Amino acid sequence: MHSRVSEREDPATQGAPDGVLAAVRWAIARDLSIAFRSRTELGVTLTFYVIVVTLFPLSIAPERSLLAAIGPGVIWVAALLASLLSLSRLFAADCADGTLEQIAMSPFPLPALVSGKIAAHWLSTGLPVVLVAPLTGLQYGLDAQSLTVLVASLLIGTPVLSLIGAIGAALTLGVRGGGGLLALLVLPLQVPVLIFGAGAVDAAQAGLSASANLSLLGAALALAVVAAPFAAASAVRVALD
Amino acid sequence: MASRWFRFAAPSSFYPLAGKLVPPTAMAAAALAAIGLYVGFRVAPTDAQQGEVYRIIFIHVPAAWMSMFLYVVMAAWSAAALGFNTRLSAMMAQAIAPTGALMAFIALWTGALWGRPTWGTYWVWDARMTSELLLLFLFLGVIALRQAIDDARRADRACALLALVGVVNVPIIYFSVHWWNTLHQGASIRAGGATIETTMLVGMLLMTLAFWCYAIAVILVRVRAIIMERERSATWIAAQLPAQATS
Repeated sequence: MHSRVSEREDPATQGAPDGVLAAVRWAIARDLSIAFRSRTELGVTLTFYVIVVTLFPLSIAPERSLLAAIGPGVIWVAALLASLLSLSRLFAADCADGTLEQIAMSPFPLPALVSGKIAAHWLSTGLPVVLVAPLTGLQYGLDAQSLTVLVASLLIGTPVLSLIGAIGAALTLGVRGGGGLLALLVLPLQVPVLIFGAGAVDAAQAGLSASANLSLLGAALALAVVAAPFAAASAVRVALD
Repeated sequence: MASRWFRFAAPSSFYPLAGKLVPPTAMAAAALAAIGLYVGFRVAPTDAQQGEVYRIIFIHVPAAWMSMFLYVVMAAWSAAALGFNTRLSAMMAQAIAPTGALMAFIALWTGALWGRPTWGTYWVWDARMTSELLLLFLFLGVIALRQAIDDARRADRACALLALVGVVNVPIIYFSVHWWNTLHQGASIRAGGATIETTMLVGMLLMTLAFWCYAIAVILVRVRAIIMERERSATWIAAQLPAQATS
């Protein structure tokens, strides 16, 4: 067994939450503390993102105009892949040591606990990517206006990736061919986020308003925040049965 | 009245019903396809703009329609499987997925064959083609998830959830691809022709009905196989088997 298992608090006794918001807060705090205790995982996701972004100029050509044209798309695809990379661990460790079963049996609504876990996933893997994105954007020669829109689009869009991805992560719990299958399930569903996200930056580069794309991203986020935790919670129950 | 219909929600009573429905639908599919192809290839006139190439639409368009329709039907059966917890609904959803994937593949393949002489390229990032490709991935995802889970009941519910999440996403995917397409490139060359020749329409309609009958027949055959596999320990299956062997 992994060493960090013993460090986990018992959900029944430690800071027992009373209410939906408290359950969300408890799940965020717990998952974040686990994430920060093994910082290598955070570093790996972020490094993976930077490496993927670096591969494209090496494989195409480091021409400035070309890089500026493909930059938004490359950065968004890299953010998508980085999110996917860490998704398989969203429920897997908890499922392996039985914690997930305890969480599902707790008197608090499972969707609330699951949304807390999703929020922690985004805070520990999505947010770092958003923060590093301007630097990678500079590598691709994006101007200040485009960089602002890039950060805004990633800030709205990457939570949607975590939310949709959580459904796939729960569905593929303990299933054969986990990682590849997860990609097959999740990537087609995440296409709209990619389109609107990269589209916003493209529009900014072309001197157009990015508000349409950002609004659509916001709509996707609103829909996903409301619906995805319930779908993911049902998927967790399916996996535990 | 309702109870008479719900009777067929039990695999044991649906199995013989499906067996009775397969031959007529299969024959109807063959007959409709024969007439439809005759109308499409012999009766319908040559298109003024595209020449003979356009005739692939008699297969392309029904396949594309069926692929989208089958996804919605699969999602409806999935909703029934989750809502009523009926095993047969999940089996129907399982039986539909491969046919849906096949239809999406046929639509893409014939579209590529049509695009080469018409647009000069096998593939363009056209909104409809791209969303059809994503639909194929959604079908493949459901099939792959089914294959990856050993426990049939868990696979039923997991696939049903995935199909439902997918069906919420299908319109979003379609519109996002559509808007992306209009943002990135000008409107693609679309077959002009505001008016469509009656014989063309009749041919397309016949072929669509043929695809429907084919899909129903194949899905019923597949669902019978699934029922047989899943219920192999049930006593009624044992009663079915000798009758199957002698007939």
